[in-house]
Amino acid sequence: MGLFVNITLDGLANGMIFAALALALVLIFRATRIVNFAQGAMGMITTFIASSLLGRGVAYWWAFLAVLAIGFVLGALVERVLIRPLQGKSELNPVIVTIGLLVVLEGVAGTIYGNSSRGFPAAYSQSGLTVGHTKIAFSHFDVFILVSVLVLMIATLVLFRATSLGLRMRASAFSGEISRLLGVRVGLLLTLGWALAGVAGSLAGLLVAPTSSFSPYFMDLVLVYAFTAAVIGGLESPVGALIGGLITGLSISYVGGYLGSGLQPLGALVLLMVALMARPEGIFARPPARRV
Amino acid sequence: MRQSSHTSIGRALVTGALGVTLGATLLAACSSSPKATTTTTANVPGVTATSISIGATVPLTGPAAPGYDEIAPAMDAVFGWVNAHGGVDGRKINYTYLDDGYNPANTATLTRKLVLQDNIFADIGSLGTPTQAAVQGFLNTQKVPQLFIESGCNCWSDPTYPYSSGWQPPYTVEGKILGSYIKANFAGKKVGYLYQGDEFGNDFVKGLDMEIPSASVVSRQSYDAATLAGPLSNQIAALKAAGAQVVAMATIPAATALAMLPAAAIGYFPQYVISNVGADTPTVGPLLSSFTSKGGGSAAQAKAATGLLNGVITDAYFAPEADVSNPWVQVEKKLLQDYAPSLYAKSGLDGNTQYGIALAYTFVQALQAAGKNLTRAGLVAAIAAHGKNFVTPGFVPLSYSSTVHFGFQGSEVIKLSSTAPPAVTPTGSWIGSTPVTPVEVTDIGSAPVTKYTGSTSTPPTSLVSTS
Amino acid sequence: MTPPAVPGLALGRARWFRRLRLPTQPLARHMILALCGAAVLYVVTSSLSPYNDFEVGEIALYVIALSGLSLLTGVNGQISLGHGAFMAVGAYATALLMTHTHLNFLLELLASIGAAAILGLVIGIPATRLKGPYLAGMTLLLALALPPIADKWSTTFGGDQGLTTTVPAAPGTTNPEEWLAWIQIMGALIVVVLLANLLRSRFGRTFRAVRDDEIAASLAGIHVARTKVIAFVISAGCAGLAGAFLGLSTGVVNTGEFPLTLSIQLLAAMVLGGTGTLMGMWWGAVLLVYLPQWSTSLSGDFNLGSGASAYLATIIFGVVLIVAMIAAPTGIQGGLRWAWGRISVFGSRLGVSTPSVSEGPGATLHGPDQVRNSG
Repeated sequence: MGLFVNITLDGLANGMIFAALALALVLIFRATRIVNFAQGAMGMITTFIASSLLGRGVAYWWAFLAVLAIGFVLGALVERVLIRPLQGKSELNPVIVTIGLLVVLEGVAGTIYGNSSRGFPAAYSQSGLTVGHTKIAFSHFDVFILVSVLVLMIATLVLFRATSLGLRMRASAFSGEISRLLGVRVGLLLTLGWALAGVAGSLAGLLVAPTSSFSPYFMDLVLVYAFTAAVIGGLESPVGALIGGLITGLSISYVGGYLGSGLQPLGALVLLMVALMARPEGIFARPPARRV
Repeated sequence: MRQSSHTSIGRALVTGALGVTLGATLLAACSSSPKATTTTTANVPGVTATSISIGATVPLTGPAAPGYDEIAPAMDAVFGWVNAHGGVDGRKINYTYLDDGYNPANTATLTRKLVLQDNIFADIGSLGTPTQAAVQGFLNTQKVPQLFIESGCNCWSDPTYPYSSGWQPPYTVEGKILGSYIKANFAGKKVGYLYQGDEFGNDFVKGLDMEIPSASVVSRQSYDAATLAGPLSNQIAALKAAGAQVVAMATIPAATALAMLPAAAIGYFPQYVISNVGADTPTVGPLLSSFTSKGGGSAAQAKAATGLLNGVITDAYFAPEADVSNPWVQVEKKLLQDYAPSLYAKSGLDGNTQYGIALAYTFVQALQAAGKNLTRAGLVAAIAAHGKNFVTPGFVPLSYSSTVHFGFQGSEVIKLSSTAPPAVTPTGSWIGSTPVTPVEVTDIGSAPVTKYTGSTSTPPTSLVSTS
Repeated sequence: MTPPAVPGLALGRARWFRRLRLPTQPLARHMILALCGAAVLYVVTSSLSPYNDFEVGEIALYVIALSGLSLLTGVNGQISLGHGAFMAVGAYATALLMTHTHLNFLLELLASIGAAAILGLVIGIPATRLKGPYLAGMTLLLALALPPIADKWSTTFGGDQGLTTTVPAAPGTTNPEEWLAWIQIMGALIVVVLLANLLRSRFGRTFRAVRDDEIAASLAGIHVARTKVIAFVISAGCAGLAGAFLGLSTGVVNTGEFPLTLSIQLLAAMVLGGTGTLMGMWWGAVLLVYLPQWSTSLSGDFNLGSGASAYLATIIFGVVLIVAMIAAPTGIQGGLRWAWGRISVFGSRLGVSTPSVSEGPGATLHGPDQVRNSG
C-alpha cells in the first residue's frame, strides 16, 4: 500500500511539472498555431542562467524572479525574430525552425557550461513530509511545485477570461484578420503570448532541475511528456494542460513503478493513442466545426 | 512557365552532370582529410620514424558525455608529457579522438574514417559497450588493435577477436568483489539491487549473484539509461517496500544521485554498495548538492552531498584522488596541471581524469615493450607478453596474457567517510574514503575472491620529475 | 541581331538535339534516368577510396529513408517525427533473420520492408484521425518508445552488443566497402524509381489531393483514410529497408543506433533537401552524412578547444535549419529549380528554346490559408 501511495504522489508531482510546460505549449499554440519544440530547451537555458547567478552569490529568490523575467524576454525575442517570418506559410516550417532552435540552445549550453556534472538547488526542502509515522514521497518542495503551477494556471485563466487583454489575445488567435480590422494590435499580442509561455517554461525548468541530472538535455524528456499532456488535454485549453499533465504524470509513474522505467515512453504512447482515438482534438477542446 | 509533359535528354544530362559534379566535388573535398595523413614507413600504417598516430571514438556530446568527455583530454596530457620528453623510441604520439555521441552508427563511420582514411596505427581508449561492439568485427578483420576499451564488458577478452582488449576491471569482477563483501559483512540482511538495464548492470548483477545467496535478495530494480530523466523514485519506493537493508547499485553517476535523492526524501537510508562507475565523489557530489534548498552556497551544498554519501561502500582499483599522500596521485595532479591546464582548472583531478592518465600511461608502456620495430601484431603480442609487468597506478598488476585480454581484475573495497581527507577540486571539497578490505582479485568466471598478496608499483622517477 | 557566341549554343539550337526526347511513359523515363545514374555512380565508386565508398553507401541508405519520408510528409502532408522507429524495426527484423536463419539475403531485406510496413499500418490507422501537431507528437513518442523494448528483452534482441549483421560475400576482388555501397545504391535506385513512378500515377495525385484539402478530396470520391494509411505503410517500408542497410553498414544492430536525434535529423534533412521531392533527397542525404564532418574540420581550422568544437557541429546544424526555413523553405531542390528557371529565362533571351521544367513530384506542405498551386 505504501508503494502505491508513493508512486501516486510521485506521479502527481511530475504531472504538475508536465502541466507547467504543457501550459507553455498551449499558450503558444493558441496564439500562433505552432508547437514550440524548443520550449523545454528555452527553460533549460534560463535555468542554466539561474545556476550562473546562484554561483555568483545572488540570493535564490532574486535569481528565480530574474530568470522568469529572462524567460519572458526570450519568448518574445524568439517569436519576433524566428517565428514572425514564417506566419502564413507551410505548417512544417515552424516545426523545423523550433527543432533547429532546440538544437542550437543545447549546443550553446553544452559549449558554455560544458559537460561537467552540477546540481541545482530546490526552492524548499526536498525531505518528505511526515504523515502519521512515515515519511511520504511528498516534500515541501513538492508542495511548492503544486502551488506555483496552480498559481500560474489560475493567473492564465484569469488573464484570458476576465481581462480585456486576455479577450484581445483570444480574439487575435481566433481570427487575426478581423481583430486587426477592429484595431487590435495582433502582432504585439502574439508576441505577448510567446513571452508568457517563456515564463511558464522557465518556471518548469526551475522546478525540474533539482531532481534531474542537470545537463543541457535535462528538459528533453519533460518536453515530450508535456507535449503528450498538452495534446491529451487539447492543445488550446489551459485547464486541459493541467488535467492532461496530471493524467500523464500518473500514468507514466504507474508504468514505471509496476512495469519498468524503460517502458514509460511506450506507456505514454499508448495513453496518447487511446486518448486521441477517443477524442482526436483532445479532451477539453471544443468539438471541431467542419467547414465545407 | 508552360508545363510540358516531355523531358528532354538535354535537361536530364545537364541535371545529371550538375549533380555528379557537385557530388564528386563534395567527395573530393572530403576525401582529403584536414589532418595530414601519415605516410607509412616499412608498410606499418600510422607509424613513421618520428610519429605514431592513434585514434579513438568517445562521446563528447550528448547525454552520455558528462564526465566521460574528460578522459580523452586527460590521455592527451600524458601524450603531451611523452612528446615533450622525446616520445617513445623517438616517435611522438598523435592522438585523434572523435565524437560519436555514443551512437554505434556514428562509431562505425568514424572508426572506418580513422582506419581507412586517416591510417591510424591503433584504436586506443574508445568508449562504450554498444559502440565498440559495433566495430569489433571490422577492427579485427582489418587487424587494427582495439586496445584498452573503456568499458567493463566481459566481451573484450574473446579469442575470436584477438586484436581487442579491455583495461578496467570487468563489471562481473567488481560485482563479485563487492558481493563477497556484502556476504561477509551483511550476512542475514535483506539485499536489494538497483542496476542499469544493459550490459553494465547485467554483468555486475551476474557477479553479485555469484557471491550473495539468492534468498537474501528481496528486490531487483532496474532503470533504462536512455530514458533517465528524473528521480528513480519508483525503484527506490519498491526497494523500501521490500525492506532492503543493503542496496547494491550498478549505476552511472547521474543515476546514483537520482536514486539517493528520493531515498533521502522518504527517509530511507539503506547501506549503499555502489559500483565505482557511479561513485566517484567529485562527479556524484555536485549532483547530490541539490538536496540543499535555495543554494546556501557551495559549502552547504558540499555538506549536503557529504551527508548523503557518508558510509557508502564502493571499490577502487587505483588510489582515489582524495588520497593526496599517495605518490601516484601527486604525479597525476602535476601531470594534469602541466600538460592539460584548462582541463585541470575545470575539473581538477577526479575519477575520470585519473582513469585517462592511467590508461594512457599503460599504452605508453605497451609501446615501449613493443620496441622500435613497431607493428600492430607486435603491439598486441607485447601486451600479452609483458602486460603483467607494466607499472601502473593500479593496486593489482594487469592480467594480460596470451589468453586473457582483461586489464585489471582486482580492487579494494573502500568506505566513503567524512573523517577521511576529502578530495579537493575546483568545484569543491568532496568526501574522501578509507579502505575496509585488503586488495582482492578474482575473474569473471567461478574463481573465488581472494586476497592479493603482491605489491603495488610506485611511479618511476622520470614520471615524477615532470617539468 | 545575332546572339553572342556562347559555347554549346550551337548544340542547343541544333534541331536534331532538340528533337531528342526521353520517352513520355513515366516508367521508361525513370528507368533510363536511373540507369544513367547507376552508370555514373559505378564510375564514381570504382575510383573512390574504400572509406568514401562507405560514405556513398550511407548516402544511398539515407536516400531511401528520406524518400519515404518525403512521400509521407511532403506529398501526403502527414508530419512524422518517428521514422527512426521504422528504421529500427526493419533493422532488427533483418538482423534477427540473419542471426537465426540462413534465408536468402534478398528475403531478409524484404522482411525488413514487411516488418516496418506492418508497424506503419499499426501507426497509420490511428494517424488518420490526427492533424499536424498531434500526429507529430504521436510519432515523436513512437521514436522514443520503441527502442527501449529491445533493451528490455535483451536476450532476444542482443542487448548492448546487439545482433551482428552479415553482408553477403563480395564477388572476386571487389573490396567489401564498395560491394556494400553497391547493394545500398541499387536499393536506393530501385526505391526512387518505384516512388517516382508512384508519384506520377493516380496514387500520387490522390496523395496530393488529400494533403491539399481532405474534404474536397473526399467529396471527389477519394477514400481519404485509406490513402493516408497507404502513404504511411509505403513510407514505413522504405524506412525499414533503410534501417536494414544501416544495420549492414554499422555491422551490428543495437538500440543505440536509433536515438530520437535520428528521427529529427531525418525530418530536417528531408526539409533541407526539398520537401516533397525525390531528387532533393540526395542532397538531404549528403548533408546528413557530411555536415558533422565539415563542422568538425571547421572547428579544427579555428583551433577551438575540444569541448567547444564538439558542440559546434550541433550549433551549425541548428543554425542551418533555422536560416534555411526562414530564407529558403523549398530546400536545395527548390533552389535548384528556381536557378534552372532563371537559366531558362536567360536561354530564351538568347533565342534558345530551353526545355521547360516539368512539374516534378514536389511542392511544399500547404497551410490552410494558402492559395494552392495546381498539381
